[in-house]
Amino acid sequence: MSGPDGARPPQLATRKAGAGSYYGLPVVKEPVWRSPETPGYLFLGGLAGASSVLAAFAQAAGNRELARASKTGAVAAIGLGGVALVIDLGRPARFVNMLRVFKVSSPMSIGVWLLTGYGPAAAAAAACAVTGRLPRVGAAASAAAAALGTGVATYTAALICDTATPAWHEAHREMPYLFAGSAATAAAGLGMLATGPAASRQARRFAVIGAATELIAKNTMLQRPGVPAVPYQKGRAGQLMRAAEVLLIAGAAGALAAGRSRPAGALAGLALLASSALTRFGVFLAGQASARDPSYTVGPQRERQDAAQQACVGVAGTGTMAPPSV
Amino acid sequence: MSTGTTTTSEQPDPAAGIDPAFQAGYTDHPQRLGFFTDTSVCIGCKACEVACKEWNAVPEDGLLLTGMSYDNTGSLSASTWRHVAFIEQIGRPGELAGADGARWLMSSDVCKHCTEAACLDVCPTGALMRTEFGTVVVQDDVCNGCGYCVAACPFGVIARSDADGGAHKCTLCYDRLGDGQTPACAKACPTESIQFGPLDELRERAQQRVTDLHDQGVAGAQLYLEDPADGIGGAGAFFLLLDEPEVYGLPPAPVVTTRDLPRMWRHVAAAAAGLALGALAACLGGTERTP
Repeated sequence: MSGPDGARPPQLATRKAGAGSYYGLPVVKEPVWRSPETPGYLFLGGLAGASSVLAAFAQAAGNRELARASKTGAVAAIGLGGVALVIDLGRPARFVNMLRVFKVSSPMSIGVWLLTGYGPAAAAAAACAVTGRLPRVGAAASAAAAALGTGVATYTAALICDTATPAWHEAHREMPYLFAGSAATAAAGLGMLATGPAASRQARRFAVIGAATELIAKNTMLQRPGVPAVPYQKGRAGQLMRAAEVLLIAGAAGALAAGRSRPAGALAGLALLASSALTRFGVFLAGQASARDPSYTVGPQRERQDAAQQACVGVAGTGTMAPPSV
Repeated sequence: MSTGTTTTSEQPDPAAGIDPAFQAGYTDHPQRLGFFTDTSVCIGCKACEVACKEWNAVPEDGLLLTGMSYDNTGSLSASTWRHVAFIEQIGRPGELAGADGARWLMSSDVCKHCTEAACLDVCPTGALMRTEFGTVVVQDDVCNGCGYCVAACPFGVIARSDADGGAHKCTLCYDRLGDGQTPACAKACPTESIQFGPLDELRERAQQRVTDLHDQGVAGAQLYLEDPADGIGGAGAFFLLLDEPEVYGLPPAPVVTTRDLPRMWRHVAAAAAGLALGALAACLGGTERTP
């Protein structure tokens, strides 16, 4: 902006990113979603969705023990997660109002419709696997649960990133991969916990793939310019994220090393489950912390605005087109 | 893409921006109505806060002293739909400074009724809706209190009430508009700091006012959220500020979060496909058959 004489107002010259605020009060509202309900759902939804995916492929490969355990785990997790979602509403009795519209612009709407299809499919798949009845229905339900499960495990990234919460929104490129990796490690951990050494081999491989994905996604996310890394590294969120990483590496190492030892495999599986849960709680708390501090809202906006102004100056000065990348 | 800078260009204003009421399906609708809050004449009397509470029967939210300034309201909330900010700038050679080199900035904040409204986009029940006047209102009998709008609003306007669990915010007095009346806050404002009317007229008036202020030497005067090319498509309720937006607790260059949603969905789809591939890779090569 410019004054009447074209000169920049003095405050522009002296302004530092995040320096100005209204008595340090937040600009955006902190998300009203509660803990443990919401981060718990992020964890349970990931566990359920990825378990259904693992179950379908394990079954196709002839590993019925792992498939059965994963299907049972998936339906339990999504049941608990669904309850957490409903009780986190301000008016739980009106939950069904979600089913009066379908909106692509609302990840929560997409998620509710995903769950509406996924829940029954996962339940049918588990029931058929446990009772051994209706194998064709079971196979169809497994396939449907796996297909929808990929969405259930990952849409939650869009759910939290499609907000004005700085630590979430700015991380929207990497969050889906972080959540997919975290979901995979949780599902693998459950498989390792619930099956014997022979059946859990595929789960252990899934654990290593998931852990690698999660680590790469998290590090890429925190190093991307514009993503506020500090809320993920400091305070309670930072503690949880660090604990999650330690458990993740320990669990993945255990998955590689467990071999034929059932206790070792189960212990590694527990570590992976705990790691996935802690990651979700850490991400959740980091978002809340970033919303409380106005500098995380104002800083990136000022940087983008200044970059756009620089680009304008460049256009005027050199005659070359330099569109600001936002 | 401009992100809400107020940089002026040589070209004439390209367009008045998109017509949100038309987009929402009102093919034949009244003029878009809004607020122009000219903070340069705000005296901080809070008549707007009181009139809003009285007309809309919004509950009181604690008679407490914040201790930070004459602002004892703090922020917009489920039970505060107009909020007067007080900024005390001491020892600063501002253009409105008194003899002691200090100045007070006062500004009555309100829902911006964005052209591209994040709260409306993310609402999973359809409780938030666009009116024929281009404003955004919550249908309280539909809202299930999911809280998504609260996290999505780039201004921290809408909030969830602990009392009834629903989300609430300014309606731009939808009930009064239908009757051809002025919203309560604008009606009560004694200095015409809050101006109400068709958005086109307000934008013209605001341009004139900011030019006049610049001519008077008030270099810091700037319009905020008036530009249809900004990150929210321009606001239905915009402002004339005397300092940077963040000084008033406003985001300097907000962008509606749903502009990035198509990219988010693409990454989600890739991550979902990756999850399936990961499971496939884990299960390839087989294992001993198990019962």
